[in-house]
Amino acid sequence: MQTQMGKVPSPGGVISWITTNLGRVLISLFVPVITFLVLWQGFIFLRDSKAPQTLIVLVAIIWGVGGVALLFVVSNWMIEQLPTEWSRRLQPFVFIGPGIAILTWYLVVPVIRTLVLSFQNDIGRGFVGLQNYFFALSNRVMLESFRNNLLWMILGTSLSVGLGLLIAVLADRSRFESVYKAIIFMPMAISFVGAGVIWKFIYTYKGEGSGIQEIGLLNAIVLGLGGQSQPWLQLPPWNNFFLIIIMVWLQTGYAMVIISSAIKGVPVELLEAARIDGASEVRAFLRITVPYIQGTLLTVTTTIVIFSLKLFDIVRVMTGGNNGTDVIANEFYLQSFTYNQTGRASAIAIVLLLIAIPVIIYNLRQFSERRAF
Amino acid sequence: MAVKDMNAPRTKLSSSLVVNGVLILICLLWLVPTLGVLITSFRDSQDIFKSGWGTVFPHKEDVQSGEIKVDPSVDVNGPITIEGVTATFEEWRNGVTMPDGSKLTWYGNKRTRTLIVSEQKWVGFSTNLTLDNYKNTLSGQEISFKDAQGQVIIRKGNNLATAFLNSVAVAVPATIIPILIAAFAAFGFAWLNFPGRKFMFVIVVALLVVPLQIALVPILRDYTKLQLNGTYLAMWLAHTGFGLPLAIYLLFNYISSLPRELLESAFIDGASNFTIFTKLILPLSVPALASFAIFQFLWVWNDYLVALVFLGDKNRVITMALAAIVGEKGQDWHLLTSGAFLSMMLPLAVFFALQRYFVRGMLAGSIKG
Repeated sequence: MQTQMGKVPSPGGVISWITTNLGRVLISLFVPVITFLVLWQGFIFLRDSKAPQTLIVLVAIIWGVGGVALLFVVSNWMIEQLPTEWSRRLQPFVFIGPGIAILTWYLVVPVIRTLVLSFQNDIGRGFVGLQNYFFALSNRVMLESFRNNLLWMILGTSLSVGLGLLIAVLADRSRFESVYKAIIFMPMAISFVGAGVIWKFIYTYKGEGSGIQEIGLLNAIVLGLGGQSQPWLQLPPWNNFFLIIIMVWLQTGYAMVIISSAIKGVPVELLEAARIDGASEVRAFLRITVPYIQGTLLTVTTTIVIFSLKLFDIVRVMTGGNNGTDVIANEFYLQSFTYNQTGRASAIAIVLLLIAIPVIIYNLRQFSERRAF
Repeated sequence: MAVKDMNAPRTKLSSSLVVNGVLILICLLWLVPTLGVLITSFRDSQDIFKSGWGTVFPHKEDVQSGEIKVDPSVDVNGPITIEGVTATFEEWRNGVTMPDGSKLTWYGNKRTRTLIVSEQKWVGFSTNLTLDNYKNTLSGQEISFKDAQGQVIIRKGNNLATAFLNSVAVAVPATIIPILIAAFAAFGFAWLNFPGRKFMFVIVVALLVVPLQIALVPILRDYTKLQLNGTYLAMWLAHTGFGLPLAIYLLFNYISSLPRELLESAFIDGASNFTIFTKLILPLSVPALASFAIFQFLWVWNDYLVALVFLGDKNRVITMALAAIVGEKGQDWHLLTSGAFLSMMLPLAVFFALQRYFVRGMLAGSIKG
């Protein structure tokens, strides 16, 4: 059978060559069309179907995951139909192409588009110069947001890193290390909205009057100690601190895990030698452990600083930014999606990006130092 | 505490006690907030309105033991003497402790002429627990519950069952799709040669910390044009875009460290790149894939901002549904607590089951680990 595929030169060789290759070309066109039709039908079904929700969810998952896998298989198959040299040249782009395309659409181009928008007015037409940036950097609400973000960055980060370090060091000396660490780490699995509910329940306030029983833990404790119950989340500037505690609760686990693994890397011999020389535990910690892990401390600190800069959910759910608790990311959300001031919102986003640029440069430097790519 | 400490010097034993003591204290502080929500979610709604969740545990409480009617002849506008104690109406109303230790409290307004006698008694574990709160939050129909005074309140349910399914439909593909795309790309960057390879990877590294706020407005415009708002596909693509830099970076680190001989021998055997990738690289990379999968799943499941912008009220996911309860029913703690716990169940299960992979991924993700 194989011999008919053109291996044996025969009078009809040219014709058979054409027919087999024509077949190939046709199949090469046919396969992508079929693939597209199948995927399109799936899309239409998901958009318009009135089927029970469980079924739709199931179809959606299979369609989404299967669709992407199918696209890879089909595009690779098509490339392999090409002459060897071309297929070898193009194949890398089958592998990296989809990733690069999505990154370009979702991150690279938006940076430029947002930059352009930030110089335009609210409907995205008409050049307004630096007006949006004047707003972003001098409006009263924005200044309040910057102040609050600074609070979040300084207090939230130092408390998270400090507590994470303390727990990592202490847990290192305990037999129940993994239990303690799992408990501290657990909030990482909880959404900020969920954490918002959890802490709102702690701060909740019912007001004064006879027969009213405070059910919030904090007010119950304050009352139990003979104090007055308070609407904690409506007391500027203290309400910011009550919100920051939530972030500390969420982020300490992260700091702890990273720092803990760095502490495990400190050579035991060094510490033993210091102890034999009569150094106290505290001294050995400050002189040996801390210098040894300072790179890690810096990484953890920057990560949490960047995180606190973009913080949105907690403030949105807890106070909506009222009573002096507004932050930059919430103001960005309000400007772009509530007030439809896309120009101002874009300027705020660009400011966020500018603050993150030193970290980007640092990352790139680390990367180029570490490996010869 | 430990056996090995028994023979150790006293100082070591006491320092171990201090270490564990401090850690236990911190862990308690960390657990109490979640514990309170968990317990409250199972309490009867009327109980929740009346008392804090601590009352589920054994405690001393005023227990009503009787009633006293005030004689109609007594003037309630002046000081009132009851059982030998004289006090004003306001004082009676706030409750007066009698010489025998019981407490008398005036019930309602002056005309009721009724006092409630109560005594401090130990109350055991509360058994008044229920699953009704969970039924009510899951339901999208009308729901009813009792407030502090026992009055029945009727509300529209927040339909967390639907939101939960939507979250599954968003989170599962939004976890697998970026992994698939990133694994292909990481393999390409690590093992294939093509022009612009280094430049493109530098871009990926630079994108690691770009705040996603930068992309929301332009992408929303694209979605409006393409009519993708409110679809699962919109969410999958958005989460893929925002998750890809970290995914490619992590998987590249792993895949590029696989032994070179392994791939070369497969190549000599005549396997194509695609076969090498699917038959060799993917199975070998399972630990790295799992690390990122947990990361991405938790991130997508817990995301609020991206869903808020691209989904709107159509197909809303569980974080949005929960935030909606906070906004609409901020004092209905029986709904809020059970809703919060429903939203936390799946990520917590994933987290505890696969914690090891999660930690590994996190360590690899911090640029200088």
